[in-house]
Amino acid sequence: MCLAIPGKILSITDEDDALLRTARVSFGGIVKEISLAGVPEAKLDDHVIVHAGFALARLDEQEAQRVFTTLREMEEPSR
Amino acid sequence: MKFVDEYRDKDAATRMAAAIAQVTTRPWTIMEICGGQTHAIVKYGIDQLLPGAITLVHGPGCPVCVTPVELIDKALEIAALPDVIFCSFGDMLRVPGTHRDLLAVKANGGDVRIVYAPLDAIKLAQRHPGKQIVFFAVGFETTAPATALAVLQASQMNITNFSLLVAHVCVPPAMEAILAGPHNQVQGFLAAGHVCTVMGYTEYETLAQCYQTPIIVTGFEPLDILHGVYLCVKQLEEGRATVENQYARAVRRAGSRDAQRLITEVFEVTHRQWRGLGTIADSGLGLRERYAGFDAERRFGAAAPGATTAAECISALVLQGIKKPQACPAFGKRCTPEQPLGAPMVSTEGACAAYYRYRRPPDSRATLQKTNP
Ligand code: SF4
Repeated sequence: MCLAIPGKILSITDEDDALLRTARVSFGGIVKEISLAGVPEAKLDDHVIVHAGFALARLDEQEAQRVFTTLREMEEPSR
Repeated sequence: MKFVDEYRDKDAATRMAAAIAQVTTRPWTIMEICGGQTHAIVKYGIDQLLPGAITLVHGPGCPVCVTPVELIDKALEIAALPDVIFCSFGDMLRVPGTHRDLLAVKANGGDVRIVYAPLDAIKLAQRHPGKQIVFFAVGFETTAPATALAVLQASQMNITNFSLLVAHVCVPPAMEAILAGPHNQVQGFLAAGHVCTVMGYTEYETLAQCYQTPIIVTGFEPLDILHGVYLCVKQLEEGRATVENQYARAVRRAGSRDAQRLITEVFEVTHRQWRGLGTIADSGLGLRERYAGFDAERRFGAAAPGATTAAECISALVLQGIKKPQACPAFGKRCTPEQPLGAPMVSTEGACAAYYRYRRPPDSRATLQKTNP
């Protein structure tokens, strides 16, 4: 139900009303029209996480690496 | 797919599991709230990667599973009406009401349609002005902004043949109900990452402190879940109880103000009945008076209380993490995804369905992939 999947913004509609702003978002090649009403700051090429046709959040590239950094740091003392 | 595959890497998962084993000195019981996480845990065998001392129990985080029978019965009644197009997420179609399910209504000629987004229902309303379009608004805070947006658009466009049967529920009150319960065994929580993208996690800070229970905001991929467990065990071992954000690539502490604004414009907090848990105060969302015109229960009559679940079904205990699905005498015998007795066997996020699908036979599990580093 709360399944939300990341997709990449391919294009954004020109719309003054933030409630009606949408984007074409690609999910590994499958493209859907998605509402941007929840992420007015989203830009072209951003990755957003989408649920029920609604983009919930922009994904942060730097934070996305954190789990891997943590993993390396955790392992370091034992090396 | 970017932001997906790298978190399914088998090598990284094994290393994270080893890190968990290293910090674990005692038995701990941790609950993952969200059914999406339950599904991933059972599918990828994450629980089996963990040291034996760590028990994962599955929480009530499947909105399909906790929607009360009364509301399902009401949905069935509305969907059977002529001139109604009843729209729902696919998961709801097989959830049993007292006598039948939406699929049966559809087979008998009811116009029941699966939609991907609440906004699709608005498009149907525009295309079929002579019909009443009713959307079954099921979901947590994750789904509520999308529903709210549909109401706002319908209101702006003066669409009058659209209404909602509202079954929205909120997660933190259910977590508190579990922690305060007399049989609580949960020592730490993995909070549902996607709910937190919307709501943030300040509400959990109070909970963590009051109940001295660590709460880790956690994502949905195998490596996320293992990392969430690691952070949780570490806190438990060190005697700490704070909120940590494992899913920082998507979740900010305050959540999404824009999405929250949509929710509060359209909905207000109400009491809600949870299938299996009973009524929890302030645990649901209902339409505000100014949008009451979009309330299907006003348009078609309110749901009648008193409906019952199959007597055999122990879903109430499963949803609270007190029992595992296999402990149910009907599991896999009289209750299967084709012929479900209870909602947790229906939804892909229900614990019973996940166990049915991936734990029988034991070798049918999906495995973590090897990806390029
Ligand atoms: S296996 Fe079926 S009957 Fe048993 S608890 Fe799960 S849904 Fe209910």
